[in-house]
Amino acid sequence: MKYICLGYYEPAKHATMTEDELNAMFDECFDYDDYLRANGNWVGGEALQPSETALTMYWKNGKVATTDGPYAETKEQLGGILVLEARDMNHAIQLMAEHPAVKYGSIFEIRPTGDLAEMMKASEQRRRKVTAR
Amino acid sequence: MPPNAPEDLSRTIETLYRSESGRILATLMRLLGDLDLAEEAMHEAFAAALETWPQTGLPDKPRPWLISTGRFKAIDAMRRRARFDAAQSDLARQLEARVYEAPQEEEIEDDRLRLIFTCCHPALPSEAQVALTLREVCGLTTEEIARAFLVTPATLAQRIVRAKAVIRDKAIPYQVPVSQELSARLGAVLQVVYLVFNEGYSAEATGTGLSHEAIRLGRLLLDVPGLDLLPESEVMGLLGLMLLQESRRAARSSAEGELILLDRQDRALWNTAQIAEGIALTESALRSRRFGAYTLQAAIAAVHAEASSAASTDWRQITLLYDRLMRVQPSTVVELNRAVAIAMYEGPEQGLGIIDDLLGREELANYHLVHSARADLCRRLGRLPEARASYEKALALLRDGARQEPERRFLSRRLEELK
Repeated sequence: MKYICLGYYEPAKHATMTEDELNAMFDECFDYDDYLRANGNWVGGEALQPSETALTMYWKNGKVATTDGPYAETKEQLGGILVLEARDMNHAIQLMAEHPAVKYGSIFEIRPTGDLAEMMKASEQRRRKVTAR
Repeated sequence: MPPNAPEDLSRTIETLYRSESGRILATLMRLLGDLDLAEEAMHEAFAAALETWPQTGLPDKPRPWLISTGRFKAIDAMRRRARFDAAQSDLARQLEARVYEAPQEEEIEDDRLRLIFTCCHPALPSEAQVALTLREVCGLTTEEIARAFLVTPATLAQRIVRAKAVIRDKAIPYQVPVSQELSARLGAVLQVVYLVFNEGYSAEATGTGLSHEAIRLGRLLLDVPGLDLLPESEVMGLLGLMLLQESRRAARSSAEGELILLDRQDRALWNTAQIAEGIALTESALRSRRFGAYTLQAAIAAVHAEASSAASTDWRQITLLYDRLMRVQPSTVVELNRAVAIAMYEGPEQGLGIIDDLLGREELANYHLVHSARADLCRRLGRLPEARASYEKALALLRDGARQEPERRFLSRRLEELK
């Protein structure tokens, strides 16, 4: 099973850390990421640039509208995503519990990926009918 | 041996995981002394198998290979953490210094028993005991267990996380309890096993798997060392009971998924091998002369199994067995079943008398099974308006939900027949 782990952190906290402290944290985290890769638990992952680089886009009054910044302004901001291959939900929890980022105050939202295969198949059949007309 | 095709091999490894993960985890738990560390080591061992077996081929004895690989992986994990947590390096050194010999077959079975007693420890809430046993001993995934118990995987995952924390914080010992304590603790284990079985009994789609797991656990418990007579006979009784109930699975519902009660089942569909084994176990348990409720229930199931037709059922014996069960473990369900047996043995009038007494008690007035039993007896006595009223009452009291659906359909059908 695949699990998406959304990592939230407090930018204000990181801002108070020294360069050495930050480096130590990054080293530990990357080290653990390597371990996940080595065991086949790492499907993929990306860090996100700070939330002030975000743009939020939506539909309003019949056209696209945008605002600066993240969708939700909270103390904790989404800092990165990690896609995990784990046997089950508890295995995913266990793998993330060992992640050094947790020790440094990161919070992970863990969610199983959805399987859209059935929906896609049904949709394909609907679309084929439309084109056949 | 020739290298396997990768997809065959990953299937083989998945099958191995199903059958062996409980044993491997139990032994790693003994070697490492921590459930999370043992689990991590086990997952790594299986990951290593996926990695190396395509090149080397399947080892002759996969289980010792996985156990010793898991142990090495745990030492590696401690070393990895030692970079940031100095205490871990001592642990790694200690673990490595300890002489390691591949565990023997019987040691591995003892480890599994230890793990069951740890998962069923009374310090854990009962729902956590069931979840933990299914996941750690039987190798089911969080999602599979959540499906069977109709809760979300997130809810069940938390149950397991919390239970593991209790095991760690209370330092629950990893052992089969010694004789004074064993009898009481075994009771909890048997209860978990029977709960797992019943879950499989009532669930249609996922049921078979859980029932088989429960039977597997029951067989394992027969080997608990140092059992004195009383609990041992109850282990036999429970295993016998489960086999006898499982033997009727194919006959219990029609092709359309309709419930078929015992008296209308096609007995040719009963599994004779399971019946023979179930009866033999029940007889051994009865011979011990110190048996309890599981054995008595198994004995009742055995009387049904021995009847070649519903009409030739020995209801007198069943009534006597219910009398004894009432003394050992009185409960509403037992009282009700006893009333039904008396109705079969002495006549519907006598059964109805007992059921009406039961209905006079407040706690039973809203129990749907009492009303459906009453309806059935009224039907047999030709008191049709009363039968209809009682079926309607039973239907009204039936809880909503997919699980009650077969019963709802059954009662509705009976009601239709009377209109």
